[in-house]
Amino acid sequence: MYDIKALYEAESVEHAIRLLTEHPEAQIIAGGSDVLVQMREGKRAGKELVSIYGIDAMRGVRYEEDGAIRIGSLTSFSHITKDPIIKKHINVLGEAVDMVGGPQIRNIGTIGGNTCNGVTSADSASTLFAWDAIVEITGPKGGRRIPIHDFYISAGKVDLRPGELQTAILIPKIAYEGYRGHYIKYAMRNAMDIATTGCSVNVRLSADKKIMEDVRIAYGVAGPVPMRALSAEGRAKGTPVAKENIQTFAQAVLEDINPRDSWRASRAFRRHIAVVLAERALKESIRLAGGEVNE
Amino acid sequence: MSRQYKVVSCTINGKKVEKTVDVRASLTDMLRDDYRLTSVKKGCEVGECGACNVLIDGECFNSCIYLAVWAQGKEILTLEGLAGPNGEISDIQQAFIDEAAVQCGFCTPGFIMSAVEILEAKREFSDDEIRKLMSGHLCRCTGYENIFRAVKKTMLRRLGKEREAEEV
Repeated sequence: MYDIKALYEAESVEHAIRLLTEHPEAQIIAGGSDVLVQMREGKRAGKELVSIYGIDAMRGVRYEEDGAIRIGSLTSFSHITKDPIIKKHINVLGEAVDMVGGPQIRNIGTIGGNTCNGVTSADSASTLFAWDAIVEITGPKGGRRIPIHDFYISAGKVDLRPGELQTAILIPKIAYEGYRGHYIKYAMRNAMDIATTGCSVNVRLSADKKIMEDVRIAYGVAGPVPMRALSAEGRAKGTPVAKENIQTFAQAVLEDINPRDSWRASRAFRRHIAVVLAERALKESIRLAGGEVNE
Repeated sequence: MSRQYKVVSCTINGKKVEKTVDVRASLTDMLRDDYRLTSVKKGCEVGECGACNVLIDGECFNSCIYLAVWAQGKEILTLEGLAGPNGEISDIQQAFIDEAAVQCGFCTPGFIMSAVEILEAKREFSDDEIRKLMSGHLCRCTGYENIFRAVKKTMLRRLGKEREAEEV
């Protein structure tokens, strides 16, 4: 038995908004792999819950009219990994969420929950940052869409106002077309572990595959919330695909990131691996995009 | 706060069932306490050890971090559902015995249900794929090699690859 004060089950997004407005103290529960565990630990014990798990309309991946990829917030990690649209355009997102927890966790865990938690280590978050994802939020005053960068306010805190819930994550066409990316999760174990640092890179190459027209890089656990390394991106953009440019790019991430000492790893170690991961992930992204790096 | 209850109807091991459950119950609580399906173990109860693993609509879930009320309308398979009409054990269970993949047995039902999801895919997985698909479980007795062999052998046998299975 969980120490739940009361459980309200939403049948639709509108119903969820109504329940959240009627019960302002209630916590939203999606898949529950964080909320229920925290409840068991006592952190959220005795709370009211609004369960949105039954809202099937919030599941699945599809195209919007303008070509954006729409991922329903309740889509489980395993369904994202298996989805043909994700495989075709942002395979790296499917690969990244395939590193969350273990198989059972990937069947219950949702991408909405992973981002609404506001934790820096979320395996989906760095890739969503690196692909300029847009977060769709629906509430009593209707819907609004904000860049994922603005969704994260501080560690554990996201931009959800009273009565609101996250209903989808969108990747605009301009953000995915022509890009290829790679995610590296650095952790102690291959399963059931949390990233020491995670790094997601993607690149768009010129038609002759010689120039890096655009490079985007984002980290998890390099600061209190997931973050982009914009100085590094600026250094690489428009430069030829060459070993020296990749190394300059990787070194430049140190100007952007601000990891901390924790029991998992020291700040110094995280800074060290951040550079290594940036270089490896960019090289692999270039390879996936059809380019070649001469060693 | 008065207690809150809900009627939950679902299919468990092929049988349509219905019971009134406390909304605070996990699916582990419901399966063990209301249906006496004690293969579903209470281990860590925070979704880490996999001892409570069951199949819901064909996918593996840790029933300890799944609310019982979410089972409404779902098809649930526990280890008990693998038994034949006269209580015979299934090939994967026999393989666990043959490979000595069981010592205390506490983790076994959970492991076997993950194996069932693999076997139901009816295709050959690589060694790394099997290891990854079985990685949501902790065993503190036997180590994992015997478990891995039991799963791989059964997968190959079901695909008609008897000779390859002998060589595992």
